[in-house]
Amino acid sequence: MAFDKMKLRDIEVWDGNFAAAQAMRQCQIDVVSAYPITPSTPIVEGYAKFLADGYVEGEFVMVESEHAAMSGCIGAAGAGGRVATATSSQGFALMVETLYQASGMRLPIVLNVVNRALAAPLNVNGDHSDMYLGRDSGWIQFDAYCPQDAYDLNFIAFRVAEDHDVRLPAMVHQDGFMTSHTAQGVHTMDDDTAYSFVGEFKPMNDMLDFEHPVTHGVQTEEDWHFEHKARQHNDLMTKVFPKIEAAFDDFEKLTGRRYNLVEKYDLDDADVVVVCMGTSVETAREVALEMREKGIKAGVLGLRVIRPFPFFQIQEALKGIKAIAALDRSSPNGAPGMLFNELAGCLFNTDTNAMLSGYVYGLGGRDLTKRHLTDLYVELQANVDAGKITTPLQQFIGVRGPKLAFL
Amino acid sequence: MANIGWDEFEIGAMLRTFNGAIEDITGTLQEDRNYSPNSSFTASVADWRIEKPVFNKDYCIDCQFCWVYCPDISIVSRDKKMIGVDMDHCKGCGICVEVCPTNPKSLLMFPEKADEETEIANWPAKEDKEK
Repeated sequence: MAFDKMKLRDIEVWDGNFAAAQAMRQCQIDVVSAYPITPSTPIVEGYAKFLADGYVEGEFVMVESEHAAMSGCIGAAGAGGRVATATSSQGFALMVETLYQASGMRLPIVLNVVNRALAAPLNVNGDHSDMYLGRDSGWIQFDAYCPQDAYDLNFIAFRVAEDHDVRLPAMVHQDGFMTSHTAQGVHTMDDDTAYSFVGEFKPMNDMLDFEHPVTHGVQTEEDWHFEHKARQHNDLMTKVFPKIEAAFDDFEKLTGRRYNLVEKYDLDDADVVVVCMGTSVETAREVALEMREKGIKAGVLGLRVIRPFPFFQIQEALKGIKAIAALDRSSPNGAPGMLFNELAGCLFNTDTNAMLSGYVYGLGGRDLTKRHLTDLYVELQANVDAGKITTPLQQFIGVRGPKLAFL
Repeated sequence: MANIGWDEFEIGAMLRTFNGAIEDITGTLQEDRNYSPNSSFTASVADWRIEKPVFNKDYCIDCQFCWVYCPDISIVSRDKKMIGVDMDHCKGCGICVEVCPTNPKSLLMFPEKADEETEIANWPAKEDKEK
């Protein structure tokens, strides 16, 4: 092969961005079409540097916007290459039109989304507004809680997305700055091991197969559109989870690191549970252990896969729980939070008669502290003791001013 | 197109131009290619047209201008001889008439329902050049 291998230590000190860039190098991406935006920029910069230094055989396409970045990825993926890029926030919002194109055309692109707030007011820090914006786009969405996850989930994303039974694009989310710019120890794979996990790219319906010419990006109207969307939804609902679980199993065999569709921490005997995503999972986990020392049976449920939504896995995980808090790090702007709604939908027709309350927190990078979570667990326990929800269904954590509560 | 359900087609709204693999497609005439039902070659879009070009071979000098300029590959030419217009795909834009250099023109636009033989019988005479 016409590129050099890189010698890595077993444990490197990497932030989430560099971990994702290293994963992209080790997967030997053919094309990265990218436009920089904070805090995701170092991912594509990292790939570009590896390319310039001869560690990757590929193409870096510099474009004029995120819309063009994803469009370039769609063209390259349609041509038949392994393709990835990265973005955040406003860039992600500009990409949205093309996200639906990529998934509808069934192109296995991997998009690293470094989660950041959406303006206005302009803000470069982490929340989940952009991640929530992508949730109906027909992509698979993985959620990393730390740099190690960001590294590992990139390999898993390529493996699943490129599977010929799946052929759907995948996002790997990590929290802006909290993960993307926070250096931690990351267990690495050597280049050959890492590449063996994703394997050679196997093209499907590629435009560079001149013996079988294909047309991508066709138009359908009321006669065909519905059937194509139904097919895509069917495949998301039925085909993706078995492939993700198989990839998680194989990844564990290879590295010893275990991932699950939902990550359960101390749920077996728990009374009160916080359900959240991203870096908050790790904070909540720490606080839950402290609450147990105080006699509150606390647990944490983290979503590892947001789309497809792990409906039955969440039902199973929350069986017998007495009080649940759904933590949404995105302004619902006139509704209950997404996670609150999804959990309510999961649990509504079941015997789990848990009390479910929603919390909006951490917008624009506002910290979610251990104190916040301690208070939250105490509040959940108070609900359990009272046998009813003692607060409004929607509250805000960490916002200044008079207490905000609705519903 | 066949009336099939959501589980009966290839994913990705992707269409194949030909049935099976192809070789030497540039060396194969359109009428000899194994086009699939999904190819636009197989579909008639004649109903897009409200005016049509009529070809009068008596004046044609086979210059190929119309063949070169047609935006929809609807001029049929074989061995550099103009044969006629592919009326399944011609949209009636009139570019072929515009670029035709003969006097009188060998292609003229007529209403879609005009009778071709009648129009050729009444073809305009040669125009005198202004001195």
